[in-house]
Amino acid sequence: MRYLTDRKRAEGLGSAKTGTAHFWSMKVSAVALLFLIPLFIFTFGPMLGQPHDAVIAYYSKPFPAIVAVLTLIVGFKHFAEGAQVLIEDYVHGLAQKILIILVICLSYAAAAAGVFAIARIAL
Amino acid sequence: MVQLTLPKNSRITTGKTWPKPEGATNVRKFQIYRWNPDDGKNPSVDTYFLNMDECGPMVLDALIKIKNEIDPTLTFRRSCREGICGSCAMNIDGINTLACIYGMDEIKGDVKIYPLPHLPVVKDLIPDLTHFYAQHASIMPWLETKTNRPAKEWKQSIEDRKKLDGLYECVMCASCSTSCPSYWWNGDRYLGPAALLHAYRWIIDSRDEATGERLDELEDPFKLYRCHTIMNCAKTCPKGLNPAKAIAEIKKMMVERTV
Repeated sequence: MRYLTDRKRAEGLGSAKTGTAHFWSMKVSAVALLFLIPLFIFTFGPMLGQPHDAVIAYYSKPFPAIVAVLTLIVGFKHFAEGAQVLIEDYVHGLAQKILIILVICLSYAAAAAGVFAIARIAL
Repeated sequence: MVQLTLPKNSRITTGKTWPKPEGATNVRKFQIYRWNPDDGKNPSVDTYFLNMDECGPMVLDALIKIKNEIDPTLTFRRSCREGICGSCAMNIDGINTLACIYGMDEIKGDVKIYPLPHLPVVKDLIPDLTHFYAQHASIMPWLETKTNRPAKEWKQSIEDRKKLDGLYECVMCASCSTSCPSYWWNGDRYLGPAALLHAYRWIIDSRDEATGERLDELEDPFKLYRCHTIMNCAKTCPKGLNPAKAIAEIKKMMVERTV
């Protein structure tokens, strides 16, 4: 029980004076993915079921490799920011902070692993 | 953490079934949420029957008839009975709306009436709107000026006045905010559609001189950016307003002054 006024409860800690950068960043990555995802599907699709040598040769070309790398980086950045919003929605307290750190670290790790794999093939 | 089930003492039980009116042919069944803070019991749903040949067309008419003729303990807010005061907001047939302007002909089957969702209940159909009103007060719902007051009125062009249409009509019934899942989960910090619609009403008022301060106060991941354009607010608003659009306009202004 805390003897706070209604206004004090409503004001809380005041405005964080942030949030627009996160919102705009997600809009930018969403627009980028609008182009990248179809490009990734059309470049990755033909290689499904192809022999190993053919895939290696294909991803040694700059266009499919760059599309794949960009999709991974932008995709996981968008995922990390979206998952943060999702966690903020549904989880509160210390668990919220821990989950946000975990999700962001996992997203960066997944993106790095993907980029490394494509770099090994392409370079 | 989000709670998907009600606590034990909030689980709804079957309540009293009141007798049907004698000799009536046009009878309708009403299932109404009841909770009394003084009896220590769980909430229940009472069943009432009304002779529709002797009842007005609106849900509020039925509630008043039940209170006057069947069960005087049934508790609800009401005042203007014409959709202006916003007092009789409640969840009718699964939709948050005003009982006074919601016709019973719009409802198929039994009429189910609950208080506005996700707010503490004071009694029966009366929710506690204290926090909701405090949030509204926090957005400074008044004209804020720095220039000396003019000799006559603050002038406004017809075009600028038109920008307030679809905003000033809000009666603060809380139907929109209590229909919003983001407000359910984060209502302590998220201002909710009603308060944000009012905030936008003052942000775009051509006479208001605190636009920057107002935007500063709203720029917060929780106060504003919990809105995910779910649109329940626009769907449920009994006045036909669109709080989601007002919130989107605020977000656009936020971006405009950044990018």
